[in-house]
Amino acid sequence: MTVTSVEKDLDNLTMTLVADFAASAERVWELWADPRQLERWWGPPTHPATFEQHDLTPGGEVRYFMTGPEGDRYHGWWRIVAVQPPRSLEFSDGFADEEGRPNPEMPVTSVAMRLSDRDGGTRMELRSTFASREQMEKLLEMGMDQGLREAVGQIDALLGEG
Amino acid sequence: MVVGTSDDEVVDELLHALADATRRDIVRRCLEGESSVSRLADAYPMSFAAVQKHVAVLERSGLVVKQRRGREQLVRTEPDAVGRARQALEQLEAIWRGRAERMSELLAQVPEQGTQSRKEPGR
Repeated sequence: MTVTSVEKDLDNLTMTLVADFAASAERVWELWADPRQLERWWGPPTHPATFEQHDLTPGGEVRYFMTGPEGDRYHGWWRIVAVQPPRSLEFSDGFADEEGRPNPEMPVTSVAMRLSDRDGGTRMELRSTFASREQMEKLLEMGMDQGLREAVGQIDALLGEG
Repeated sequence: MVVGTSDDEVVDELLHALADATRRDIVRRCLEGESSVSRLADAYPMSFAAVQKHVAVLERSGLVVKQRRGREQLVRTEPDAVGRARQALEQLEAIWRGRAERMSELLAQVPEQGTQSRKEPGR
């Protein structure tokens, strides 16, 4: 199993995931450092990502968009806080408007990624934190309320009411 | 992850709650913002007590919460803060689990220059 543990700290709004890979740290680092490889895992299969800008230096920016099944695009950005190849990467991760400008209405998380050697392979520890409770609420508003609204609408349609 | 023992009961409550058109409408209204029970009662051709019953069903299913403020009973869809934190972190978990799995699959492939040929499963 790739993911060996997941911890959720409800007070600090932090999720920590540990994954073990059968590959060297250099090889795992490539998946982050090479945009063409990053594109193959960042977005879910239904929404593959395309990275247009990818500058992994402190203060550097990354810009990408994900393309949905209908051709719909979702833009995102990273701002690099710290980077230490091939061991660690810290960045802010948010959404952007169609021009790629950070959208303050959408949630931002801080991501800290660390690679260490373990049993001939590599352990990746990934920590994702909401900058604030407000940021967390934005994610929920985006996902859950929309999901609930759609679900209620679908039930209406199924039952031929509403 | 902690899995509740009464998942089926929760789903049953939820389906029961959403099986009624008035209750679905109440959920929709409360998504727009909190509403008082008396304001909801004005919106439907039924008694205050009947609307209150619908709200009670929704409350049991966890779809809405009811709070007393002064003389009013306010209804909203928002679960408690801890519940919201858990939901948000579960979304992050789902996103990153998917990513870690895809990373693992990529690492299992033989690195190549081009993308034309992938390694065939051995015979």
